[in-house]
Amino acid sequence: MKRAQNIALILLGLVAAASLFAGVLASSSYSEQFRDSLSAMPSTRFPLGTDELGRDRFARLLYGTRVSLLLAPAAALLSTLIAALVGGTAGYLGGKWERAVTSGIDLFLSLPWLFLLLTVRALLPLNTSPVTSVIITFLLLGCLGWATPARIVRAGTRTLVHSDYLVQARANGVSGIRLFWRHLLPNLRPILLAQFWISVPVFILSEANLGLLGLGVSEPLPSWGAMLRELENYTAILHNPWMLAPAALLVVVVCCLQLVLRTEDGIPC
Amino acid sequence: MLLRQMRRILLIALIGGLLGATLVRMGPGFGIDEREMDNRLNSESRQAIRSERATENNIGVFYLRYLAGLARGDFGFSRSLNRPVSQLLKERLPLTLVSLAFGVLGGASTGLLLALLTVWWRAPGSDVVPAVLSGVCLALPAAVIALIFLWMGAGGRWAIALAVFPHVYRYAKNLLAATYQSPHVVAAQAKGLRGARVLFAHVFTPAAPQLAALAGIAVSLAFGASIPIEVICDTPGVGQLAWQAALDRDLPLLVTITVLVALMTLVVNSVADLALAAWRPAR
Repeated sequence: MKRAQNIALILLGLVAAASLFAGVLASSSYSEQFRDSLSAMPSTRFPLGTDELGRDRFARLLYGTRVSLLLAPAAALLSTLIAALVGGTAGYLGGKWERAVTSGIDLFLSLPWLFLLLTVRALLPLNTSPVTSVIITFLLLGCLGWATPARIVRAGTRTLVHSDYLVQARANGVSGIRLFWRHLLPNLRPILLAQFWISVPVFILSEANLGLLGLGVSEPLPSWGAMLRELENYTAILHNPWMLAPAALLVVVVCCLQLVLRTEDGIPC
Repeated sequence: MLLRQMRRILLIALIGGLLGATLVRMGPGFGIDEREMDNRLNSESRQAIRSERATENNIGVFYLRYLAGLARGDFGFSRSLNRPVSQLLKERLPLTLVSLAFGVLGGASTGLLLALLTVWWRAPGSDVVPAVLSGVCLALPAAVIALIFLWMGAGGRWAIALAVFPHVYRYAKNLLAATYQSPHVVAAQAKGLRGARVLFAHVFTPAAPQLAALAGIAVSLAFGASIPIEVICDTPGVGQLAWQAALDRDLPLLVTITVLVALMTLVVNSVADLALAAWRPAR
């Protein structure tokens, strides 16, 4: 298991490095159109060929990887922070606030994740600038994805609230925000870290689902989801199998993330 | 307890509906009717079109009226599809329910069967194929799974089953493997029990309630996956209807679907919880 996890980490590192150095590795910009090379076959100039608008597919894949790989963790960070704040205070304060938060979490969890995400995204503006669409997509992921982590954080906080060291801290006169900030939150770090890492592949896949349905990142900015839209053209895939490169890279990255997250007994952390 | 649970479910579903309605009302593009762009219409006709939506402008009034209609069995009128919501649901719900039933049962039984085989066999490397298969299925967005099945000419229900399968397989395998390590199983094996008897009588049976609790998660997963799958496979089900309702800002339709989906998920989860609670004291 350890060896497989090391290989997965190396692969993730390589993909992340390639996306960060996209400007060096790709010979052209993701939006530059080569009108003399529409739907071109792979060549030394275009390693994955070009799309039907004549854009370098390899460059788009690298820049799209950068968008998905940078923004999914950003969305995961946002959702984990919301979960820490909401779940942590609910578990810490208890009483009516905890009951209200638990009902809110139940409400969020009563709606399937994809239903909630797709519906809310469809209600938001679709004809926005590429940068705005990226911000909307990943803010939405972060703002809607807090419920499950919040439930786990709340349960973790309830356990910690009754622990000996917190009782002792209270007996020493520590209370309120200081107790929460200095003594409770640092001990929630393992739970928060686990929730962060679990959210990353979920958000990458959610972005891909949104992108494939035309609700993700706007053109010409690439993302894995936006690039997967090419797959709707079934006949073109038969002649251009390298169109599957974004799907293959997505599977590799998500599988690597799953592998890295697995613990020795096979249960994801 | 049952009554309290039902009251809670209803309340959460209705609050979900209200939040859905508020979201549609606040969303950009609400209240704009393409018919108003028709140059042939005079100001009175345009005013008549605007007044059609007047009841939806105040979300509180709209929701109270909606609830009053709901009590009479009236789900409202879909302006974008120009038909009563109840009629649309009557046509589309059976298709989605059949797909969901097929997807949940197919995905869950495949996942469970593979988990049982993996745990029973327990030879080194025996779980490689199911683990890789479930890993790849987990790493594929539901929309891509739908595309693959569309290319193959298979129905969307197979795609739903494939979206459910990896979650059930992983959970069931971990649970069954952990149960295999428990002292009562070791004692049973020490007394000479082997094979299928140990697996079914001492591993599967104690784990069955927790496996049954997966039903709620499976239904939620299946419905979530059914939206992109129905949109891509062009299946006229509730998932596709929800999609159209969101894009068209169709308030009555989206609110009804939100309440319906929340109710369905909460009821399945509660039934699973109640079954688990009923099983435990008996054990």
